[in-house]
Amino acid sequence: MKSGSNLERVIASGQPAVTAELGPPMSADPHEVIKKANILKGYCDAANITDCQTAVVRISSIAAAVIAFQQGLEPVMQMTCRDRNRIAMQADLLGAAALGLRNCLCIAGDHQKFSAAGRLKGHPGAKNVYDVDTCQLVGILKKMRDEGLQEGGDKLEVAPKFFIGASWTPMGDPIDFRPYNLMKKVNAGADFIQTQGIYDIEGFRSQMEKARNLGLHERTAVLGGIIVPRTAMMLKYMDSSVAGVNVPKALIDRMNKAKEAAGDDKKKAKELQEVEGIKITVELIHQVLETPGVKGVHIQAIEWETAIEGIVKAAGLYPRPTFPEA
Amino acid sequence: MIVGTQKPFDEVWEMVKDHKKILVFGCNTCVAICHAGGGKEAEILASMIRMKALEEGREMEVKHAAIERHCEPEFFEPVMEEVRTYDLVLSTACGVGVNFLSERIGEIPVYPGINTSFFGAVPEAGVFTELCAGCGNCILHLTGGICPIARCSKTLMNGPCGGTNKGKCEVSQEIDCAWYLIVERMKKLGTLDKLAEIQPPRNWSTARDGGPRRVSLEHIRAYEEREEQKSELAGGKKQ
Repeated sequence: MKSGSNLERVIASGQPAVTAELGPPMSADPHEVIKKANILKGYCDAANITDCQTAVVRISSIAAAVIAFQQGLEPVMQMTCRDRNRIAMQADLLGAAALGLRNCLCIAGDHQKFSAAGRLKGHPGAKNVYDVDTCQLVGILKKMRDEGLQEGGDKLEVAPKFFIGASWTPMGDPIDFRPYNLMKKVNAGADFIQTQGIYDIEGFRSQMEKARNLGLHERTAVLGGIIVPRTAMMLKYMDSSVAGVNVPKALIDRMNKAKEAAGDDKKKAKELQEVEGIKITVELIHQVLETPGVKGVHIQAIEWETAIEGIVKAAGLYPRPTFPEA
Repeated sequence: MIVGTQKPFDEVWEMVKDHKKILVFGCNTCVAICHAGGGKEAEILASMIRMKALEEGREMEVKHAAIERHCEPEFFEPVMEEVRTYDLVLSTACGVGVNFLSERIGEIPVYPGINTSFFGAVPEAGVFTELCAGCGNCILHLTGGICPIARCSKTLMNGPCGGTNKGKCEVSQEIDCAWYLIVERMKKLGTLDKLAEIQPPRNWSTARDGGPRRVSLEHIRAYEEREEQKSELAGGKKQ
């Protein structure tokens, strides 16, 4: 075991892994994290705790991860390259490990201009850091863990033992390069990969075939990303505006049909779309898990954590495996 | 070239309004090409200040002048005596020019008349694009001649992030994704395999992160010194 995390153990056991996502609040109040952690607990093997996602200030990933951990939910702390230089990154990684965290996902991070796609003020005038990029951050974590060395070469008396993750946008531009992008992260030391949301199964399978041809599925655990659709509008938005996400028209049509079936009843339209959205999600989970080389799913029910229980049960992924304490 | 843009006039007025004798001092190289601070722009800015002063009922003498370059001492020599007669120089040179003149002018303030933006090129008339960040450690041979430091919004070194959308950057549809361009260019050059190699964390000390930079060419300095001595000796003999 590299880290001994629950996520690592599930993956090592050969069973499909399930991760979910918990977005920390824009507040100093821990109760929302506690509430969400208890909603997700038992229905996933670990939950990503986002690091100021959409470039908006929230409870830090490490702090929220510790709060979730105290509730019995294993966290995957996230670290963006946007906000810290390598000194701050490594200091935070040592601190996170000292607090008991065992999974870390390395990501570039949304640009500071994003500000929740313009819905919030955010901090578009902030200075970004990008001292290192995702690939380099993965390499830093690996060097710390496996060689007991800091990036600069100084020794660590006790190395932080992280299960190292990175993200992958299989359907992003330039599409020919995406399998190599994955290869670089795997070569740098990524133990697991969580992908951008997948709706276009054919496209994803074609990219996975290229990844398999590079032997990457044997060297890392690819968890296919599933973003739970809640409304037809959300699917349309993701198709047109979210980089690397293509939504087939058939899925948008299905959600539209669900919406129209309710006539003018807005409450019912919402309910019917949610039911259809969960149905689509469960189908996508099966299709992603049937794709050769995939080791699990990363399910994001954005601001809808209560949906996870039903989805995981309907997908036949409940109960989650448990292991005796190491 | 260095690309600059004009400052909002209100900001300029706030800087200059309490001065009596002002020289708007243009530079006829880079900032003239980008229509920000050449002799012509200095002249226009000087007349705008005069008009504003008239409107505000302030007594002000505002003149303009320009030299070819504000970054080497010899260009200043013919005009320095005149420049020192003003109580404010509003320089429309780049920031290099403002600093350089400030160090040489004595007790007269030098204020910036423009914003210095970046190192760039002129792909078409009236358009200027940033192409180099002056990081001090060029890797363009590894990236098809397209710089990820200057042109990727996140200065990523190992490939695109997840934000590339139809070849554009997540920051704006107006910005090309540098990594999209790099991959397409290297496909054409048949060198895409070069991108498979991981670029390790960079040593940023060659960039601004290492503190203000200075290049000193010892052989040139030694040559100049010898030439100076020679001319001094020659001068001595004549006397």
